[in-house]
Amino acid sequence: MRTLLSPYAKTMGFEANHDAEGRLVISMPYGDGVRGRPGFVHGGALAGLLETVAYVTLSEALGEDDTPMLKPVNMTATYMRGAVEVTTYARATIERLGKRIANIEAVAWQDDPAKPVAIAQINVMLDRSGR
Amino acid sequence: MTEQAQEFDPARLIRMMSKNGHNKLIGTQYHGHGEGWCELALPYSEDLVSDTASGILASGPIFTLMDMATSLSIWLKTGVFQPQATLDLRIDYLRPARPGQMVIGHGECYHVTRSIAFIRGHAHDGDPDKPIAHVAGTYFFTAS
Repeated sequence: MRTLLSPYAKTMGFEANHDAEGRLVISMPYGDGVRGRPGFVHGGALAGLLETVAYVTLSEALGEDDTPMLKPVNMTATYMRGAVEVTTYARATIERLGKRIANIEAVAWQDDPAKPVAIAQINVMLDRSGR
Repeated sequence: MTEQAQEFDPARLIRMMSKNGHNKLIGTQYHGHGEGWCELALPYSEDLVSDTASGILASGPIFTLMDMATSLSIWLKTGVFQPQATLDLRIDYLRPARPGQMVIGHGECYHVTRSIAFIRGHAHDGDPDKPIAHVAGTYFFTAS
């Protein structure tokens, strides 16, 4: 849970829970701090949420015994609907967890998970050189 | 068009936007602009780091900085203040920003169609020749 406890995550007000299926879901309450244009969540705040849920999901999948340095390689965010003034939720799926690279897809929604507001493809390098 | 371009003042807009919302939380500031490009600054803040031990800035605020800089560059390219929304934005993290350093984000709009604006940009933490991140993406004009 190291990523979730980051000062950035606290600044953003992220909260972690697990759904009925045991999957990690991170929520971002609506507030002035995440607002972009009037009435909508800022795309950068959504990107931060998507990235955070991807890294925490990856940390959970690796477990406590495997703690490589997680280095961001890149991320592509696609915005599908305007995110309005309510809580936004996000969860991530690890498409492939290799020895050196993890490929993750994250999705954010508000009322209905089937109607995402944004999705992201995230590639992470697992660096074990220093451990 | 030219008259509108002169009227559009990104420095004033950023000062206004920095008073509330996500930009206030992150601390984005105006840094510079020209025809079709805009630069914003993100002062270092311990509230925005991803890991307390390393003090490295989280990537989320850098993504926000680049989203802002590139979206402003579109208005500076077209000279028209029209509503737009990010369609997609890709960021490549070349290396982490050095702890304590201010990050400068340079956004450039290099092509527009009736509906779509194409942008690219980069960020550095002091030396423009040693970027920390590159971005590329598209915006669409919501009223077109």
